[in-house]
Amino acid sequence: MKKFVNDVDSLLQEALQGLAAAHADVLQLHLEPTFVSRKVHAKKKVALISGGGAGHEPLHCGFIGKGMLDAACPGQVFTSPTPDQMLAAAESVGSGQGVLFIVKNYAGDVMNFQMAAEMMGQPCATVLVNDDVAVERSTHTTGRRGVAGTLMVEKLVGAAAEMGASLDQCKALGDRVNSRTASMGVAFTSCTVPAAGRPTFDIAEDEMEFGVGIHGEPGRRRGKVRPAQELVDELMAAILGDLKPAAGTEVLLHVNGFGGTPLIEQYLLYHCAQQVLEKQGLKIARSLVGNYTTALEMAGASLTVTLLDEEMKSLWDAPVHTASLRW
Amino acid sequence: MNTQDIVSAVEAVKAAILANEEHIESLDRAIGDGDHFINVRRGSEAIVAMKNELLQHPPAEAFKRIGMKLLSTIGGASGPLIGSFFISMGRELEGFPEPNAKQFAAALAAGVDAIKSRGKADVGEKTMLDVLIPTSRLLVRMAGEGSDRETLCAKLKQEAEFNMLATRDMIATKGRAHFLGERALGHIDPGAKTSQVAVFAVCDMLTEGAVR
Repeated sequence: MKKFVNDVDSLLQEALQGLAAAHADVLQLHLEPTFVSRKVHAKKKVALISGGGAGHEPLHCGFIGKGMLDAACPGQVFTSPTPDQMLAAAESVGSGQGVLFIVKNYAGDVMNFQMAAEMMGQPCATVLVNDDVAVERSTHTTGRRGVAGTLMVEKLVGAAAEMGASLDQCKALGDRVNSRTASMGVAFTSCTVPAAGRPTFDIAEDEMEFGVGIHGEPGRRRGKVRPAQELVDELMAAILGDLKPAAGTEVLLHVNGFGGTPLIEQYLLYHCAQQVLEKQGLKIARSLVGNYTTALEMAGASLTVTLLDEEMKSLWDAPVHTASLRW
Repeated sequence: MNTQDIVSAVEAVKAAILANEEHIESLDRAIGDGDHFINVRRGSEAIVAMKNELLQHPPAEAFKRIGMKLLSTIGGASGPLIGSFFISMGRELEGFPEPNAKQFAAALAAGVDAIKSRGKADVGEKTMLDVLIPTSRLLVRMAGEGSDRETLCAKLKQEAEFNMLATRDMIATKGRAHFLGERALGHIDPGAKTSQVAVFAVCDMLTEGAVR
């Protein structure tokens, strides 16, 4: 493992100190328990709190700020945060209008946020994000994972909360965005969790993991690497098969890099995906390309499609001022 | 059993888990996401570090403090599951300053029930419960029969080992491995392995005669 590390055990804290210092105009770091909040707390609004294991930067801490999250609770790398962090964050940023937890559908995240919600002294609700179509719906599993589509939920609900939407309205919007969002990814290499010191999975030079998770969890299958257009065709077939959009629908297309894939390849993927969407009679009304929901240095990318309506378009366009997303 | 015994058991479990690092990590890399060992180690180190604080309390309170500490230290899915386990054990032992084998067995069963309801899981789903449920049931039954400690521990170890190995042939329907479907076949569940290691460590400690 070759990584910039002083001490594996203090990596997260040192990284958070760097993040907070680099974006001191936006962010404030709190320790014991650990959470990051807006530098200037918004007045009287529903507080949006997300969180999850570290290693997916800029998710979630990079999306704290005006028009998006009020606080985020980072756990250890790929390990969900704990209820005391969430309670402290809610205590700090809550303004009496209720707290909305935005949670990716992983057993650990779900249970820790659930325990925090049970211990909370103020009204709260949870939006569970489960956009990963690589995990097929089944009564035998805890369901699909929450991956890059989480950003769409955080951005759109963040904008609504900033404009004064109530807790119920934020919750309903979050659920709606989630149900209109689907993602799937493919990886060429594994990531290495710093504390583990070696790759999470072994993969041959000419192989890829199709439907990979953002922690390097195996996906639908392992196969030989094929041309990008063929991969995109297959990813899009799964995504659109799930969303079943009517022809003419406007969509948001998000190409997300996992951390080890350069932008030139991500833009190529965008181009390929655009062909597929246009062929299906869908119109890309908004787009986002870059490393937003990463898996450390894993080479690979995911595609996310969100079906838009007028309200969602205007919420997407609403001003946002965070470390990693701003317009 | 008193709080000193609990602390000794925690130390024994920590040592056993560290000794099995290689094996647990390789299982987790195969069907998990590679952080199970690190999380369990972080949790057990935090408990050993609070040993002096724990020793000032009866078992009920000690278990509750262990649970809360794990809840705020481990994270992941293990944090709420193992945290709930100890908190429920503590609740069950209230009013028993020196619980006997039967009371302890009942508390352990309550702890295992807490894992079941928090994780919405049961036997046969390729998780730690595949070891914990049958082993705690056996303990309740044998403690009720008044078995001697050596026989009891030998049987418990046998039960834990057998059920840990049985997870190899299961399709996971809970836990991180459930995303894998049939691809998890042939791999022992890391949580079941850790549980078996913990059962062995506690049984070995008990039969070495350190506990009244």
